Amino acid sequence: MTVASSIPTPHIDWFALSPSLILLGASATCLLAAVLLRARSRNWFSAVVTGGAFAGAFVAAALLYDTSPHPQEVIAGAIVRDRLGALAALIVCGTGLATVGVSWRMRLRAHRAEYYALLAAAGGGMVFLVTATSLITLFLALEWFSISLYVLCAIDGELEVRLEAGLKYLVVGGFGSAFLLFGSALVYGATGEVGFSQIAQATAARGLTHDALLVSGLAMILAGLGFKASAAPFHMWTPDVYEGAPTPLTGFMAGATKATALVLTLRLLNTAFPEERELWTIALAVIAVASLVIGNLGALVQRNVKRMLAYSSIAQAGFMLIPIAAGNSLGGRALLYYLIPYCAMSVAAFAVVAARERELGQAVTFENMAGLGWERPFLGVALWVCMLGFAGLPLTGGFVAKFYSFASAYDRGWVWLVIVGVVFTAVSLYYYFGLVRAIYMRAPAQVGLVHGGAEPPSKLAATGGQPPRELALQTAVLGCLVVVVGSFFFVEPLIKLCRMAAASLSF
Amino acid sequence: MANGWLTDTLILLPLGGAVFIALAPLPRLAAGLVALAVSLVEIAFWGGALTAFDYAPGQPFVQLQDTTTWFGELGISYHVGFTGFALWLVGLTAIAMTAAVAYATWVRRDRARAYFASMLLLTSALVGVFAAQDYLLFYVFWEAMLIPLYVLIGVWGGAGRLRATLMFFIYTMAGSLLMLASIVVLGISHGSFDMIAGTAYSNSDWIFLGFVAAFVVKAPIFPFHGWLPDAYREAPAEVAGVLSGVVSKAAAYGFLYVAIVHFPKPTHDFRTPILVLAAIGLIYGSLLAFRAPDVRGVVAYSSLAQLGLITFGLFATNLAGFNGAVLQMVNHGLISAALFMLAGLLELRTGTGRFDRLGGMARGRPALATMLMTLGIIALAVPGSSAFAGEFLILTGVFTSGWGWSVVGAVAIVLAAMYMLRLISAVLHQSRGAAVEPTARDLRLPELGFLVPLVACLIFLSAWPAAVTDHTFGQTSQTPGLTRLR
Repeated sequence: MTVASSIPTPHIDWFALSPSLILLGASATCLLAAVLLRARSRNWFSAVVTGGAFAGAFVAAALLYDTSPHPQEVIAGAIVRDRLGALAALIVCGTGLATVGVSWRMRLRAHRAEYYALLAAAGGGMVFLVTATSLITLFLALEWFSISLYVLCAIDGELEVRLEAGLKYLVVGGFGSAFLLFGSALVYGATGEVGFSQIAQATAARGLTHDALLVSGLAMILAGLGFKASAAPFHMWTPDVYEGAPTPLTGFMAGATKATALVLTLRLLNTAFPEERELWTIALAVIAVASLVIGNLGALVQRNVKRMLAYSSIAQAGFMLIPIAAGNSLGGRALLYYLIPYCAMSVAAFAVVAARERELGQAVTFENMAGLGWERPFLGVALWVCMLGFAGLPLTGGFVAKFYSFASAYDRGWVWLVIVGVVFTAVSLYYYFGLVRAIYMRAPAQVGLVHGGAEPPSKLAATGGQPPRELALQTAVLGCLVVVVGSFFFVEPLIKLCRMAAASLSF
Repeated sequence: MANGWLTDTLILLPLGGAVFIALAPLPRLAAGLVALAVSLVEIAFWGGALTAFDYAPGQPFVQLQDTTTWFGELGISYHVGFTGFALWLVGLTAIAMTAAVAYATWVRRDRARAYFASMLLLTSALVGVFAAQDYLLFYVFWEAMLIPLYVLIGVWGGAGRLRATLMFFIYTMAGSLLMLASIVVLGISHGSFDMIAGTAYSNSDWIFLGFVAAFVVKAPIFPFHGWLPDAYREAPAEVAGVLSGVVSKAAAYGFLYVAIVHFPKPTHDFRTPILVLAAIGLIYGSLLAFRAPDVRGVVAYSSLAQLGLITFGLFATNLAGFNGAVLQMVNHGLISAALFMLAGLLELRTGTGRFDRLGGMARGRPALATMLMTLGIIALAVPGSSAFAGEFLILTGVFTSGWGWSVVGAVAIVLAAMYMLRLISAVLHQSRGAAVEPTARDLRLPELGFLVPLVACLIFLSAWPAAVTDHTFGQTSQTPGLTRLR
């Protein structure tokens, strides 16, 4: 008898893996295209493949959602097939699809096919991560998409800012991963288990609730996930990396990475550490408040739009940690609901910045955003809607999201957290509306338009110096706007989706 | 419920118009005319709603209701309907907004599509505020007012518009967010956000104060008026008219329908402090209006004073006070909108609103003189005018709370006469001002076209103030809040 046959191989639920597999397949196809296709065709081919893969994974995730009403651990307890993971995969794939649209015309000297390959790989890692149900899978999937993102940040290696961003992200991200891994080791040491539910059982059975090893392990895991979600005080890398990374990618990172990290935090804390609820609810409330303070105050003084949005994403992480901190079922669906408009707003806001960057050929600041609202009415309205959404004003899903988030905190009995949230919403209005003010109310600065990525100068002259028409980008932005505004009007069906997804966890 | 579609139409028609104007590639004039047509149809629907509303005693307090679940698990629904007095404020909104749209079409505002879409969006939000019967829906419309106003002042305003929008925005958002916190606490703890359901009442002082914070800023009530001078001076004239004439009434409506009706006990507890602030605002606003150096300053500060007077009537918490306050809301809305537009037309002719550069404009300009005189005389509450009826009822109402309040009110009416006569005299009489060219034209026919209807409404109300006061609280026995107060 050979060794191989003596190892029991687990039954593999290929369908549960299908979103990841589709995206990985696309990644491989794009890498092949980078070698086999001529330079001219690489771009559109790999963009189409990646876009199609995100759409396909979206459909697969929707089917998974439909067919997995009861959570079920598959593949030897490595991942779980449930609606929570499926909904998170839907969010990630939607974000990825929009990102492909935004990236269509991005200026990249080389490695266009590799860009899409890594984007698909990162997406695959994310949809795998949100289904993780053991510490091993968690770490593997986290590294899987993190490494893709490190490279993506630095993909335009000729630009110093890109290299700086990639390096910074790599170093700080590695730091975060180390925290996570060490924390996992401590938890394993305390409980002897790596599966989420087994950890909870062991904790309950052996009365380890206040075990020093377990608690410090939990704290380090939280810190590691905090790095990925860019929650304060683990946020230091965010402004620099967001500023340096290619802008379409920044939108993806702000949306999908954060969504993945937060959904995983929700799952991990509620399945593996329900016994420590008293501890982590308070810890997360502190992290949420810290993120609100640092994100909002930091954003107030920014003049570079990408940096402002980076700080705003730290603040948004604070708002999204409030429902997790609430630790109740209302909080679970509040978080999931929040992610839907939030991801759409992130991608759309960075898409507008990307479009402006392409026509200016320099970093986008509040000053050179002036006049955008009148020159490019659609993008102006889009940015305006996004800012309203981030600020949580009505007619956008951001309002309902914030409302749900506060409601969950109130439900937990934390009126003080509601008040802190309201106060920092007020602070955030200054910079969100500052951007609206810049694009509509200030006189346009003297800025020269440069020709956009694929547009040769002669063609630009033919259009009379008009900014390039970016159909793919505008379609992606339109799709995002439909989500942002639609989630305000159709709360009932969306919250039903979120409720059924959050029902996968026990609160 | 019967005729609920009228309420929906009143909210959605301007919204639809706004979307159409924003999307359709219309030239400037066409955009203005479409907006004007939508506003006129809005008035017609308001007339329909007025006839469909049953003011007979014993009828439901809130009529023309319509309900659709919005997010059911927290008990939030799209629940709209009108109270008797809300319907008058909707009428005020429709008429004043129509005049403002006509004004803007006439003076040819640039970036017309964005402008008129914003104006119609504002109309929709205002009607929504008066119609909402769900706290969260109320908040949604309340915030939705702010978005078009922010743009209207910030884009089409005067030189100091950026500062003005910032002040306006910070003040009003601070108030609104406190209201949001109150709404979250109230609604989640009661399990329903409905304003009519039996659970919609609260005795909590903190929740009450959260709501009041939003209303005192928006009205504004002294000392929360820091945004007022800048916003009223820098906004385009017709937007300032709408802001002081209609938007401030949303706050007064909030006092009446949200604070007083739904929070009877806290209202009782905080009555005196609010009356004191209103009294200070009344006197202080009147004095500032008397000292103001320009036309807009007079109208702006008189607005502060008038809102103080209306608050007086509301927090008298009796029927005479309520009736007087509602009548005065309609009066002041019409007067203020018309006066700001007149100020705008004066600025177009002379390039300034400053009294030291104006004067002697009555000579050779009979239409202008007549309009300004008529408005001024109604505004200073000459006996026989609708403003007199309103102020008389307010003073009667507040007299029952203590004669001292009536004395303050009466003094303020004397002050109103002083500042209004000063305005009339400084613009129309005296020697010709430096900025007044002899060739400066009288009011032209289209300009009369949007001013005369406003004045005609005022004259109609002067002749028959009972049109409003008999049709506001006819069915009060049905309102838990109001009956509890009496």
